[in-house]
Amino acid sequence: MRGTSKRHADLADVFNADEARVDWHDETLWFVRTKRDRATHGLEEWESLREVASEVKHHTLANLSTYLEEFEQQAIANGVQVHWATDAAEHNEIVCHLLQKHGIDRMVKSKSMLTEECHLNDYLADRGIEVIDSDLGERIVQLAKEMPSHIVLPCIHKKKEEIGDLFHEHLGTEAGESDPQILTETARQHLRDTFLTRRAALTGVNFAVAETGEMVVCTNEGNADMGAHLSSIHIASMGIEKLIPKRAHLGVFLRLLTRSATGQPITTYSSHFKRPREGQEMHIVLVDNGRSRQLAREDFRNSLKCIRCGACMNTCPVYRRSGGHSYHYAISGPIGSILAPNLDMKDFADLPFASTLCGSCSNVCPVKIDIHNQLYKWRQELVKAGYTDKKKTAAMKLMAATLSSPAKFKLAGKLGRLTLRYIPFAVNNGLNPWYKGREMPSPPKQSFGEWYASRKKEGEG
Amino acid sequence: MEVALFVPCYVDQFYPQVAQASLELLERLGVRVVYPEGQTCCGQPMANSGYEHLTGGCNENFIRHFDGYEYIVSPSGSCVLHLKEHLSSDKNKQQAVAIRPRIYELTEFLTDVLQVEELEARFPYKVGMHQSCHGQRGLKLSQMSELTAPMFSKPGKLLHMVKDIELVTLDRGDECCGFGGTFCVAEEAVSVKMGKDRVADHLRHDAEYITGADMSCLMHMEGVLKRAKSKTKVIHIAEILNSSI
Repeated sequence: MRGTSKRHADLADVFNADEARVDWHDETLWFVRTKRDRATHGLEEWESLREVASEVKHHTLANLSTYLEEFEQQAIANGVQVHWATDAAEHNEIVCHLLQKHGIDRMVKSKSMLTEECHLNDYLADRGIEVIDSDLGERIVQLAKEMPSHIVLPCIHKKKEEIGDLFHEHLGTEAGESDPQILTETARQHLRDTFLTRRAALTGVNFAVAETGEMVVCTNEGNADMGAHLSSIHIASMGIEKLIPKRAHLGVFLRLLTRSATGQPITTYSSHFKRPREGQEMHIVLVDNGRSRQLAREDFRNSLKCIRCGACMNTCPVYRRSGGHSYHYAISGPIGSILAPNLDMKDFADLPFASTLCGSCSNVCPVKIDIHNQLYKWRQELVKAGYTDKKKTAAMKLMAATLSSPAKFKLAGKLGRLTLRYIPFAVNNGLNPWYKGREMPSPPKQSFGEWYASRKKEGEG
Repeated sequence: MEVALFVPCYVDQFYPQVAQASLELLERLGVRVVYPEGQTCCGQPMANSGYEHLTGGCNENFIRHFDGYEYIVSPSGSCVLHLKEHLSSDKNKQQAVAIRPRIYELTEFLTDVLQVEELEARFPYKVGMHQSCHGQRGLKLSQMSELTAPMFSKPGKLLHMVKDIELVTLDRGDECCGFGGTFCVAEEAVSVKMGKDRVADHLRHDAEYITGADMSCLMHMEGVLKRAKSKTKVIHIAEILNSSI
């Protein structure tokens, strides 16, 4: 059964089979979280920046249709062709159609989690169009035929030795080479060649400005620039929630994004794309894919504020110890766990339970999404919709009935303690998941209630 | 002053000494403590598992036993947070609304209401303090490392009043222990790993005891410590504040 399930707990179980690897994964991400702390604690205005960003996003979401129309008008006026996609399928069709129209069968892509969400690469591959991801981490997972395990650090789960093996197999480095400098140089040469020979480039969008119709793409490697500037057709895919009203707001978001993501003061490249250069075509695909449905769900609306910094993943003690792939969705970690059930409640019913509700995610979030509260709310929704295990429901009903009645509670408590005391093997066995890695509590002779009753009696006597 | 003591179900059954210490401590500080008999559970185990709709019986039972008290105090941050956020009733709406803000976690009651500035307690050991998430981030008993705000800690302040105690500094001040209610069995592998890592931080700094304001986290870490046959023990903060070794 191992490895075949799509449940977070089972996938995390597999990940945890190699404890040293879990330690390494945890420490690597904790290092990033610590860098984020240093970067944010140095800014006196950090908490007010978060507040402003949250309010700007709130305002934008509350007036989303107005801003989308404004953005479309401005973009068209700038000479950009605007497309609308209701869902992933429509997005993929639009991109594919644009490429086929120009007879293009090879495209370079900068990192875009939206295209991961839409499974664009597979869609295009099935139609004979090759896509090369140009973000280094994304290229590595692409070579490994995996999904990114993190939205900012797509191959954070891979060690340099494993990357060396992949490069040896696909890019011709020497066997056993794991020197980061050599591997990076190899990737650089390989991607240079790709940039120079592709006529089409697709980029994601970090922020789209309604006022000007421009969009901003943030990369640390400059790969979005390289792709877009050398191509004759630039396609930008964006979720409709990426809008901000004015250019002036960018200052707030650009300061928050990278500090939260990696602890850098600002991304190496914040590239503004406004109009196509002469002879180039520029297209923007505005994708809904469930976003308007989430907007209509009051409890989960705030999740659309997300600017995809990944801070919630780095801080999440569960993510650090279960790995991004255990979330079996393009966007992993706490934020993914509240976005995924919106797309498919049945497939992703396990994700809101992959959390201890410790609340750290909500407090690192640069736009103040109440992530852990939404996880709690999703649990209620999913149970009500019937997407939970029947055995769990039965156990919960029994538990609720016992705990609602003082008499039943007293009896059950006594029986439980007696069982633990006199027949511990009834609970200390392999069927008890607690006992697998932990000892059970030792039962006292008396409950507090019993002790209190006897003390009261003595006092009265 | 009169206080109603709420003893969470698992504390009642497995850790009566924690409730006894809470009761004695409050009495020593001049508070009259009432323990409404017949109380059971706050409903959190069901609610956090997605079954908040099954907590009606627990809510009614809680309201029946605690309605009318000015202060309700409990030695468990997560149960207190659950009640503060979710105690509700269709039958007794007014009572439920009135009770919510009257519920206090023990250490916040000591620092904020009783405004305790000194304690007659002695505990000559090296102690690591576990910041339980629901108490820390939910009830704001301590500042959290994620926010850029001045540090404070209500349980920490109280522990500093204890004679001869040596508090150790942890590498990760506010990492979750991995208990998480039913998470501890539903996500057994990750939960155990989190527990082991949390305990290891305390052990690395030679803690003889791990303390905290939420017995559920301590129960989890106790299970991990015992499995590893460690000499380090867990002890609820009420027991330390009430001790005079």
